Amino acid sequence: MKRTLLAAVAVATTALVSLPANAQEMKAEVIHWWTSGGEAAAVKVFADQFTKAGGTWIDSAVAGAANARNAAITRTVSGNPPTAMQLNTGKQFDELVEGDLLADVDAIATEGNWKNVMPAAIIAAATRNGKMYAVPINIHGQNWLWYNKAVLASVGADEPKSWNDALAVLEKLKADGKVIPLAFSGQKNWEQNLFNAVMIGVGGAQMWTGILGKRDAALAQSAEFKTVAVTYKKLKDYVDPGAPGRNWNDATNMVIQGKAGMQIMGDWAKGEFVAAGKVPEKDYGCTVLSNGNGGYVMGGDVFVFPKAKDPATTKAQMTLARLMLTPETQIQFALKKGSIPVRSDVDTSALDACAQKGMRYVADKAQQMPSGDMLAPPSLTGALQDAISQYWNTNMSADEFSAKVAAVLKSAE
Amino acid sequence: MRLSLTSKLSVISALLPALMVMLVVYIGATSWTAWMSLTNSRMLPNNNFVGFRQYQLLFTNDRWITSVHNIIIYGVLFVSLALLIGILLAVAIDQRVRAEDTIRSIYLYPYSMSFVVTGLVWQWLLNPTLGVQYVLRSWGFAGATFDWIVRPETAIYCLVIAGVWQASGLVMAIMLAGLRGVDDEIWKAARVDGLPKWRVYISIIIPMMGASFATATVLLSTAVVRLYDLSVSMTNGGPGIASEVPAKFVMDHLFERANIGLATAAATTMLVTVIAVVAPYLYWRARKGEVR
Repeated sequence: MKRTLLAAVAVATTALVSLPANAQEMKAEVIHWWTSGGEAAAVKVFADQFTKAGGTWIDSAVAGAANARNAAITRTVSGNPPTAMQLNTGKQFDELVEGDLLADVDAIATEGNWKNVMPAAIIAAATRNGKMYAVPINIHGQNWLWYNKAVLASVGADEPKSWNDALAVLEKLKADGKVIPLAFSGQKNWEQNLFNAVMIGVGGAQMWTGILGKRDAALAQSAEFKTVAVTYKKLKDYVDPGAPGRNWNDATNMVIQGKAGMQIMGDWAKGEFVAAGKVPEKDYGCTVLSNGNGGYVMGGDVFVFPKAKDPATTKAQMTLARLMLTPETQIQFALKKGSIPVRSDVDTSALDACAQKGMRYVADKAQQMPSGDMLAPPSLTGALQDAISQYWNTNMSADEFSAKVAAVLKSAE
Repeated sequence: MRLSLTSKLSVISALLPALMVMLVVYIGATSWTAWMSLTNSRMLPNNNFVGFRQYQLLFTNDRWITSVHNIIIYGVLFVSLALLIGILLAVAIDQRVRAEDTIRSIYLYPYSMSFVVTGLVWQWLLNPTLGVQYVLRSWGFAGATFDWIVRPETAIYCLVIAGVWQASGLVMAIMLAGLRGVDDEIWKAARVDGLPKWRVYISIIIPMMGASFATATVLLSTAVVRLYDLSVSMTNGGPGIASEVPAKFVMDHLFERANIGLATAAATTMLVTVIAVVAPYLYWRARKGEVR
């Protein structure tokens, strides 16, 4: 008994002693929430690149974005951080930077010339105190309109360009009475996403940054904001009674099957069309609605790297940061994920028609619009979400709603 | 003397783990939560004291007010309906019916399911385009409408339906045990007096079952306070904020919305409310004990 114990201690000591010899080996434990088929294939692109570079990728997928973030943040704060963790592009890592818990990637960014090939809003969202602390890896457009070409053709309608066009098409579909005009998933975050699409499309860029960025309470009481509110509520006339509680992908499938005409959803919806074997610009169309000076709302994902004591870990982190943004990785990743690359200097010929459309929007500076998550902290977007959801689901008037939004903006410090 | 000291020591050492758990986990964590509610903590806890500002925000927050209203509606209806249906089921089974074991298992079966499963099943049943309404209409009842779950003013009652469906079986089991504990002599005496059966139940048997009622009520009440998963899986608080509940408010603000200050203020308010309800009862129990 005693001898076994001694032997065990001896082995353990040898292991400890031999650790520095292995220190050059790069190990990366990465926490992310990409668990569905397409997502897992996309994250494997990173893993393969890292393995090729001589590293060991330890995959720590946690189902559910909020769960993954909590797990990663708790571990970072309690001193046992992962090598890298996924967050959404935006304010989610503000407090981690304030607490000096993250390593910056500024050197890699300069070396890779990131600042000249990425949209300014994305760079800004990854930068704190003049240094880049996050690696943005993709752009998800949040305010796409997806429509079934055959359904729109059946009422003689063309692709809508503006919200006014879209309302006219919806009215035609309703009068025709064969399909549900607007496929909708009545959950709080999608109610907010639809509102955001109307806010940027009808209210324009100034409204968008004024409300979410500057938190201008007076703007929320303006006539322009009320127009946004009224347009949003009008959409409820084109939604079916089964919408409350529906999942977004079920709504997308209503469009795919021709049971509904159109849907407002981020470009992750494309995965559903692809899975159903539909061809973009032939079976279904995609566009971004705007009554003039709207924009393309860019969300996405970033990876951040908690500060590490071990230089080997730091080396692994910087290698990961570099690899994630090479043009080859970027295009491979985007193909699997359905998003578009953050770099504008990649060869986009392999992307489908809708993704290429997205690349064109992003290339236009006037269209680049930071997402709500980039402009406002989760506590504020959450409070707005409650107000929007109440407005959509009750008979609250547009005036009451704008007063409520103004109050929310005022209470956000 | 010496013996009694060692035995005291062993008692203390045996109780120590439990005592430590209580001190650290309950008292410690609760006081920390109460302290956090007085700070402006967002994603990470901090110690910036802001007084009662979070409480001020909490009580002007529509979603919190709605959550509180909902938990009162749910609490009253859920406890009373589950008790009522549970006791009716128990009395029915108490009539020495055939296949009693099978029926009892069927009644108790819903309780073996998690609230998440219950919520999903009822979400589908109540959805007007998939469930009961759809079936009725496809049978030819064109005007049949049962769309409570998609209407903000009625969604909370859908949670009550699902909750009662799940918990009634448990109440039945507790009540049945109580009924079986009643002395046969009482039944014989009642029969001699010529009392009808329902009268015996209402005036004699049920008043004798105070302990069973207390057990069932306590179990149901704790289920009310921690109501969370049913709201998440059935309606996710919707439509709008119509079926939000306090525990969900706390969870959402603690994690998704990175607002620890507001979440802990809500949690502390829940705790204070529960204490305000339970304390008079404990006091009354203690007094009763003294008198005895």
